[in-house]
Amino acid sequence: MALLEVRNLKKYFPIKTGILSRTIGDVRAVDGVTLTLERGETLGLVGESGCGKTTVGRSILRLTEPTSGQVTFNSQNLLELDREQMRQVRASLQIIFQDPFSSLDPRMSVGQIIAEPIRNHLKASRAERRDRVAYLMEKVGLHPEQMSRYPHEFSGGQRQRIGIARALALNPMAIICDEPVSALDVSIQAQVINLLIQLQEEMDLSYLFIAHDLSVVEHISDRVAVMYLGRIVELATDRELYQNPQHPYTQALMSAVPVPDPGIRKQRILLEGDVPSPLNPPSGCAFHTRCAERNEVCTHEEPTLRDLGDGHWVSCHLR
Amino acid sequence: MTETTKNEASRTQGRLPYSQLRRRWAKLRRNKAALFGGILILIFIVIALLAPVLFPGSPSAPNLMKSLERSSLEHPLGTDELGRSILGRIIYGSRISLLIAVGVVSFGLLIGVPLGLVSGYYRGKVDFGIQRVTDTMLAFPGFLLALALVAVLGVGLKNTVISIGISMVPIYIRLVRGCALSIREEVYVEAARAVGTRDIVILLRHILPNVMVPITVQTSLGMGMAILFAAGLGFLGIGVQPPTPEWGTMLSSGRAYLFHSPHVATFPGIAIVLAVLGFNLLGDGLRDALDPRFRL
Amino acid sequence: MNGQVKPLLAIHGLATRFHTFEGMVNAVDGVDMEVFPGETLGLVGESGCGKSVTALSILQLLRCPPAEIRGRILFEGINLLDLGREGIRKIRGNSISMIFQEPMTSLNPVLTIGEQIAEAIVLHQGTSKQEAWERAVEMLQMVQIPEPGARARDYPHKLSGGMRQRAMIAMALSCHPQLLLADEPTTALDVTIQAQITSLMARLKEEFETSIVIITHNLGLIAEMARRVVVMYAGKVVEEAPVEELFKEPLHPYTQGLLGSIPWIGRKLKTGRRELQEIPGIVPSPLEMPEGCRFHPRCPRVMDICCEQEPPMVRLAEHRRVSCWLEAK
Repeated sequence: MALLEVRNLKKYFPIKTGILSRTIGDVRAVDGVTLTLERGETLGLVGESGCGKTTVGRSILRLTEPTSGQVTFNSQNLLELDREQMRQVRASLQIIFQDPFSSLDPRMSVGQIIAEPIRNHLKASRAERRDRVAYLMEKVGLHPEQMSRYPHEFSGGQRQRIGIARALALNPMAIICDEPVSALDVSIQAQVINLLIQLQEEMDLSYLFIAHDLSVVEHISDRVAVMYLGRIVELATDRELYQNPQHPYTQALMSAVPVPDPGIRKQRILLEGDVPSPLNPPSGCAFHTRCAERNEVCTHEEPTLRDLGDGHWVSCHLR
Repeated sequence: MTETTKNEASRTQGRLPYSQLRRRWAKLRRNKAALFGGILILIFIVIALLAPVLFPGSPSAPNLMKSLERSSLEHPLGTDELGRSILGRIIYGSRISLLIAVGVVSFGLLIGVPLGLVSGYYRGKVDFGIQRVTDTMLAFPGFLLALALVAVLGVGLKNTVISIGISMVPIYIRLVRGCALSIREEVYVEAARAVGTRDIVILLRHILPNVMVPITVQTSLGMGMAILFAAGLGFLGIGVQPPTPEWGTMLSSGRAYLFHSPHVATFPGIAIVLAVLGFNLLGDGLRDALDPRFRL
Repeated sequence: MNGQVKPLLAIHGLATRFHTFEGMVNAVDGVDMEVFPGETLGLVGESGCGKSVTALSILQLLRCPPAEIRGRILFEGINLLDLGREGIRKIRGNSISMIFQEPMTSLNPVLTIGEQIAEAIVLHQGTSKQEAWERAVEMLQMVQIPEPGARARDYPHKLSGGMRQRAMIAMALSCHPQLLLADEPTTALDVTIQAQITSLMARLKEEFETSIVIITHNLGLIAEMARRVVVMYAGKVVEEAPVEELFKEPLHPYTQGLLGSIPWIGRKLKTGRRELQEIPGIVPSPLEMPEGCRFHPRCPRVMDICCEQEPPMVRLAEHRRVSCWLEAK
């Protein structure tokens, strides 16, 4: 039984207009996502803007309420829990946010921020909390003496570490990492990535690593899911994805990523046009409007995820 | 996105990193108008607190022998129609005005702030209900609303405070609701929910502290408004009743003697202007100095 | 590279500093570099290194005060810093153009795309409005915006991010400048759109024979677009090299650390290691620059002299230099 199982998750945002707020359509941010996360593994979730990956993360945690689907964490169906029960689940299922500037309350000291989850869930004395915060700060590479400082006194990379310490406070089983390094400088990215890898090994954590940077995702993940317009188009181990990408979108994505080696002159697969809006997704296969290989069937029939073997799944009529 | 390109000042209203408090204070000090306003208010408060020291004796005891006298050594601002020292009445009037100002904003703070928080954070039906009531109240010009309430409640100091206080509440509700609405969208509020913080705690620990700045500005301006409205009601004869030395009431009784002994009405009028001006200037200065969008 | 070709742009001893509440910030502190005709120069570094400020200084797009620009910026032999306001205005958009990271904030929301492009043409080439409009539509066609005639009449908010960036490129190239400064032109875009834009820029560069200075922190982009690279750190140039040499044999420890710290697809599988190379510490605050070499607190190969004296710039070859005591020995 996987630690986290998501089955056919959907999140639609209704569009309302008019004085009476009639619903005229839906933004299909997440349109039927199925994935699993095992204990101790990192599943990468990658895609460009508007693909819905961030919404998947928030829906799993019910920070945004999903429209439909199933989310099973640690053998509990999260969508059936009431508010208080869900609150308690959050001790084991945590999240790290993208923006190190806005994810920390500027009016709270760093120690208070890290201690907040402890205060919410445990009866611990002030001294015990202090000790725990000091331990956590050291674990993420910060100086515990700085716990009474405020977030703006730290750099972006340090603030991200504070966010990580907060997520670790209650020894969670899984952490959803929502673009945790996108807002950081290149050399700081490496520090944080290494930290996340190290913590995973020490604490047997599972990560759902959401990002748009395929290089980072491929590097840190054991398996990778590629999303496009609210759906998963390919799911494979990182080795398989690197050596044998199947879906035309994945292939285009891989070829588009600039590689830091001037010797490699890539044969670029250039996609036509822009990403369609999730307000008006194309019929059939969501990718067909930009796909060089499209067929008749792609324009009116939605493909489903099929197992190609070796844990490699693709959602495409032509594979 | 790199760190430099992220604009750290993309802040919504109400937030103040502490190291910037020093800079804000410096900015406030540089604002001459605000400084002037602040001094006026300081004088006002000192006078109110030290009233018995500054003017021993009763300000309302009539002395008809000295009625309507001009300035003299004994009565530097002259006397009114009942022979009472105008200076003394103004000094004691400052107490009344201060009392009214504090009482009125207390209504706003104690009723308006919690309602605004609840309305802005929870949204939904509660918000809808509170907003419709607020809308209705705000449809009236503030003074008219206070007038209407006085008509219901009656005259006198207590009812003056209540009436103006109630008409101040929707202003606070609107203000706080707006802030709460924007802050609840902030990532750190979402983060607090993600670590299991209860809603009440979020309201008190995350949202309220970040609303303090607009509340502070509004309170300063509100105190000025309260004094002005009270004076208006007093002038119309339906506010604080004589013999209590409220400035507006003094204006009212001095009206009859405006051509013959203008000092009776003029000096209380000046007092009103200075007090309200002081609060407004300070409030404006605070608003500029505390504006989080401004990066020094 | 032919050593006798004269540089299009030559920067000597550029120092740009800002007066702030907390003190003087030396954003750019003694920078030399050259751009030759028809080449793409990469200017790479992380935040606070001064790369954007360098570009803004070239076109004097900084408010002075609080900024103060010193040094010499020679463009076709003339020192741009000697030009008055009128003089530099004639250069902007005409001989030297700039495109920015966020196309939404760099485009005027109340003017149509066509109007904005035409504005520059009318200003610098003195054509009629009609002719300028036609040229604007032509430019939109060149940047491969479909239905350029219709798009020209759109307002910026109607276009997607990629299209806006194309519009900005059209605007920048409308007067056929000799030099294009591109400040993080693709950072805000999705990677598939990035690929479109970089290939567009490469094509247009060939067609218009424009030199490009590409400013970015993305080393992959540099590897793809640049012929020569200048690496900056904390307001100074630390290394310069032709692009192949920079990636194959970086000399400065910062460059080495930077290259070692980036994940690339397949790296983990090829090297078998999950850990990335880290540069410990953070970029120093401009108000608290370290003594001696600015990189020394983070340098894995620091020596005593690095803490005391700033290293000299060592010229190893025509376009190869390093500012490091390891090379100076």
